[in-house]
Amino acid sequence: MTALVPLIVCLPLLGAAIALMLGRRRRLQVLVSVLSLTAATVMSAVLLVLVDRFGPAVVQVGNWEAPWGIVLIVDRLSAIMLLISALMLLGVLLFAVGQGIVDGDTETPVSIFHPTYLVLAAGLFNAFVAGDLFTMYVGFEMLLAASYVLLTLGGTGARIRVGITYIVVSLVSSLLFLSAIALIYGATGTVTLALIAERMPDLPADIQLILGLLLLIAFGVKAAVFPMSFWLPDSYPTAPAPVTAVFAGLLTKVGVYAILRTQTLFFPDNQFSMPLMIVAGLTLLVGILGALAQADIKRLLSFTLVSHIGYMLFGIAIGTPLAIAATIFYVVHHITVQTTLFLAAGLIDRVGGTTSLSRLGGLLGSSPLVAILFFLGALNLGGIPPFSGFLGKIALFQAGTIVGDPIIYVLIGVGALTSLLTLYALARAWNMAFWRPKKQVKNYTSSMSASLVEDPQDEGIVLKKTISPLMVGATTSMLVLTLGLTVFAGPIFDLTTRAAGNISSPSTYIDAVFPNGTGSIADSNLGTNFEGGSK
Amino acid sequence: MSASLTLVVLMAVMYAAGVYVMLERSLTRVLIGFLLVGNATNLLIFIMSGRPGSSPIVTGTSLDDMVDPIPQVLMLTAIVINFGITALLLALIYRSWWLAQLGDEGDTLTDEHAAESADQADDAFRSSSDDDDAIAESLDEFERGDGATSDEDTAARKTDAAGRAAASASPRDGEEKR
Repeated sequence: MTALVPLIVCLPLLGAAIALMLGRRRRLQVLVSVLSLTAATVMSAVLLVLVDRFGPAVVQVGNWEAPWGIVLIVDRLSAIMLLISALMLLGVLLFAVGQGIVDGDTETPVSIFHPTYLVLAAGLFNAFVAGDLFTMYVGFEMLLAASYVLLTLGGTGARIRVGITYIVVSLVSSLLFLSAIALIYGATGTVTLALIAERMPDLPADIQLILGLLLLIAFGVKAAVFPMSFWLPDSYPTAPAPVTAVFAGLLTKVGVYAILRTQTLFFPDNQFSMPLMIVAGLTLLVGILGALAQADIKRLLSFTLVSHIGYMLFGIAIGTPLAIAATIFYVVHHITVQTTLFLAAGLIDRVGGTTSLSRLGGLLGSSPLVAILFFLGALNLGGIPPFSGFLGKIALFQAGTIVGDPIIYVLIGVGALTSLLTLYALARAWNMAFWRPKKQVKNYTSSMSASLVEDPQDEGIVLKKTISPLMVGATTSMLVLTLGLTVFAGPIFDLTTRAAGNISSPSTYIDAVFPNGTGSIADSNLGTNFEGGSK
Repeated sequence: MSASLTLVVLMAVMYAAGVYVMLERSLTRVLIGFLLVGNATNLLIFIMSGRPGSSPIVTGTSLDDMVDPIPQVLMLTAIVINFGITALLLALIYRSWWLAQLGDEGDTLTDEHAAESADQADDAFRSSSDDDDAIAESLDEFERGDGATSDEDTAARKTDAAGRAAASASPRDGEEKR
């Protein structure tokens, strides 16, 4: 089963190479990318089952032993992330194929799209299976480089403008991550996650603080945590609909995954609980207040995306196994539901010709299926029982009340308020776009729309396009997946509880990478000038 | 851990200058700032390898003299990644300059060869390869030419080739004027 671990990264890369060579044969190219992502999905599902049954799968690349070579490790958390992202990538790819068929590929150069998309997938998988910080960095860079290309696809003025902002912000966060790796190497003499986890507690508290904060800031930019979230609502909505969907669903969650991994492994005493709580609360509030003011559905969704990152940070900040389990469940829920909603927004864009609420109307009559897709997604994101959004939030709040600090109660209050405001923002969007008759759109005055601000990049062109059955099918299957998360919430929550049990004590992870213990490593460490750990 | 003070000072200066330049409005300066900060980070990784020593892995070096190879490996990878990203950024900066110069027209400019049909393109290729053959032939003869080929002969062949090239080029000129 260990062969599957590197294979899941290599296969999409191989697919990308083949797809690039097949640039002129569109059908073959589509076939290659669909096949390689399907294979990745199957492999990650197999991995999840095997890892859940037999424990973590560890690969020492090139048979170089752990602290010297590259370690790839899939534990339950990694396997869950692999499976859900592979499913999302596949679904969005089908949507993109459907859109390409309808548009005749005049807008986006498809010959570039498929290889880049597969590189993005490989980078994501690499970040999830990485067993050392530097491999994780390489995975991040792969997916970021692919995302730069996908975001500026076609090279239109608007995309270049926001693309450069996005790239510069991501580069700064990558350089911070790299500096953090350098400092961690200087302090502990290794980049292997498991060995850092063992040596980190021996470091002086102030050095731990610096390293931890540097990692948090670097990952916080990627995860769009409050003070560092300004770039997201500007850049995501400009990209083509499928690209936005996959960015919204997955890219920020890689940041959350990295925070979750490093916090639980390096800082098991949860030293950063308080700053994380404050940041989580601010992310929740500021994000959702931004969403309330948006007239554009894609921008509105981007702001809710930022806001809901706060829930996951809240779970990480609580830090108990139950809270971690709830966080993982929430991550899975949020990935699926955000992707579904962004795909639905893409459908709205096509059937309504715009995503601006001040110009949309009467879509319930003209396209009832899109209305249902958006409605169920919105209820789910807003946390209406019995959907998975409600279950995830309840689990988080319950984990919080067990710990019972005053600040946790404040955050539970903020979380509940955010949930209600999300529901308000999305219900208003649904009302205006679907429920409101088309003839009322002109000269519409309502207290609901008083606070709405148009997208600064709004072009105001109403151009309707047809939608293909494949696009609707892909969105529907995403929605079915979110409903599946609701129906099978019990077994899935059991699984995330087991995953949380794995990572809430670093010793399981360390034992998996070093079955013979780490005692022999310290003496023969290649870093001959390593002195930090002994102090 | 011991490290060279010069490197630390250099790194600090590069970080400071890089961050300062990155905050400018001009995209080229942002790129320069990124390069400075990126290389400062590479220096930081290098500094983390500690005191200097002899090269690792080569046989014969004792473990005590050896320099830590891992930071060098990390640096190399980071340099390659930065290089790739720099190339992409340059392309984007060029594109944004292009769009700024031309405004909305930049989006709508058509490819100058878009009107050419496949047959015309093939013709152009075929005629230019004919020219190449003719020139190669005359050159061969000139080299072989142990006095047998007169200068006039070569010159005639050359003008012939030039004439054919001009003839094949002229229809395309006409197309452009249209």
